[in-house]
Amino acid sequence: MNESYFKEKILPYLLVLPSVLVIIIFLVYPFYEAFKLSFFQGGAWGTNQIFVGLENYINLFSSPKYLASLGRTLLFASLVTFIGLAISLGLAVLLNQKIKGRLFYRTAIIWPYALSAVIAGVLWALLFDPSIGLITYVVKVLTGIRINWRTNGNLAFVIITIAAAWRNIGYNVIFFMSALQNIPKQVLESAEIDGASSFQSFFRISIPLITPTMFFLLIMNYLYAFFRTFGLVDVATQGGPGTSTEILTYKLYKDAFVFFDAGSANAQSVLLFAFIVGFTYLQFKYTQRGVFYG
Amino acid sequence: MANRKKHKRILLHITIWISILIICLPLIYAVIISTRDLQGTFVSPPNLKFGSKAIETYKKAWTTVNMGRLLINSGIVAITTSVVKIILAIMAAFAVVFFDFRGKYVAFAAVFLTQLLPVPVKIVPTFELMKAFNWVDSYYALTFPYFATATGTFLFRQFFLTVPNDLVDAARIDGCSPMTFLRKVLIPLSWNNIGALFLVEFVYMWNRYLWPLIITNSEEMRVAQIGIKMLMTTGSINQWNIIMAGAIITLIPPLIVLLILQKTFIEGFVMRTGK
Repeated sequence: MNESYFKEKILPYLLVLPSVLVIIIFLVYPFYEAFKLSFFQGGAWGTNQIFVGLENYINLFSSPKYLASLGRTLLFASLVTFIGLAISLGLAVLLNQKIKGRLFYRTAIIWPYALSAVIAGVLWALLFDPSIGLITYVVKVLTGIRINWRTNGNLAFVIITIAAAWRNIGYNVIFFMSALQNIPKQVLESAEIDGASSFQSFFRISIPLITPTMFFLLIMNYLYAFFRTFGLVDVATQGGPGTSTEILTYKLYKDAFVFFDAGSANAQSVLLFAFIVGFTYLQFKYTQRGVFYG
Repeated sequence: MANRKKHKRILLHITIWISILIICLPLIYAVIISTRDLQGTFVSPPNLKFGSKAIETYKKAWTTVNMGRLLINSGIVAITTSVVKIILAIMAAFAVVFFDFRGKYVAFAAVFLTQLLPVPVKIVPTFELMKAFNWVDSYYALTFPYFATATGTFLFRQFFLTVPNDLVDAARIDGCSPMTFLRKVLIPLSWNNIGALFLVEFVYMWNRYLWPLIITNSEEMRVAQIGIKMLMTTGSINQWNIIMAGAIITLIPPLIVLLILQKTFIEGFVMRTGK
């Protein structure tokens, strides 16, 4: 810690004031309202509020639609996380070799970091388009089946999962690469001298040493899949067909801004907050590091 | 032995190239489709040949949704927010590291809250608040709620903590005021962090979708991401060539920022947050 402090008394308050004001006005206050209003029901948007206690929450947990959306989101997030991390780790290991053109290769792999959810959504919607999609065609040639995600809910779910995992590869690879580079060279060299195969030293040395990064990315990917995939769903499937791709943020959006059920929407917001707190708690418990969210 | 090593090397390059192709395939196909006219998108079987109608298609994408305006809006929002976030983060981190004041840890904890409160967990009241401020459909609504940053404050705090005490003492003895110290010493040392944070925040803000979707409603205030959605919903069938042209135009600015700043990003950000 730094013991050489400046002596000014007022200045530090002025320095933190803008951040604190923004946080109170645009973050804490609205969340406080969401929490409070989750115990109310009323006409559209704040008129005639009636206190209903836990009814909004009870309604959610007795709604098959909400529970299905919750289960779907957890499955979606788990698939996005585990598929994404496995592929990204593989790519990071490839890129971590001493080879010519490494910088170019790295750029060619991490560029999806710049992608928005919306663009990821349209790119994969095109690849799987029922009539002109490249993948649709390849599947047709290989299996004779003409796949159509506009009618097949499971397929639509698979597509948003692939698109979401693909989009986050750049981010994951960047962090895995720097973790792999931080492994002391001597450790790997002495393992090689002792006759360890590269396979062994990867699983016995590299993997354990990058566990903190792995855990950090695990949580970040769950948060990503929960909170930063709305655009992908909205542009590619609108939650459909049926409700097969209706993840929690999409359901929240619909209940709030299509059905104008503010009470339920606020309760859903509070439940989403509980997830963030849970994820963040795990992150603090198992890794000691700041978090990258934006 | 040498031969085996060489083979291994070639195999490695091939594996990487295949991975790159798979990762880039969605974008490559999008670029190809964006060079055709609508009829050209319906060729069966699908192929990877470039069309000759690129200029027409991009023009059409540009005019159908007033792309120029959307890009300017996205640019204004992303640049303003990134710059303000960087300034506020430096100020807060400076206060927390170089001053001792009551409530310091409360302030620091408050900054951390931004992490826990993304748009969906407060969406309805924030919308109500914007209505109360008369900010709906304005740049204020698109930028102000994003000005605080936990990521940035942590990043600068961690960096400032590595500044040697001697430097601070020397500055004090020389009668250097805190703000001069910040301007003349700290900021010149921080360019890597500033660049890295700019990349993170620019990409993040450029790609926002949910909040602009609900808080803007006029054509003049829409952002580029929403333009893609608008292209997706014009016409009775998907005009994939035009949609892809719109998507590629929208992808270019954050991609350029990434290409320029990726080295800074990896050194200034990942190495720091990732440890």
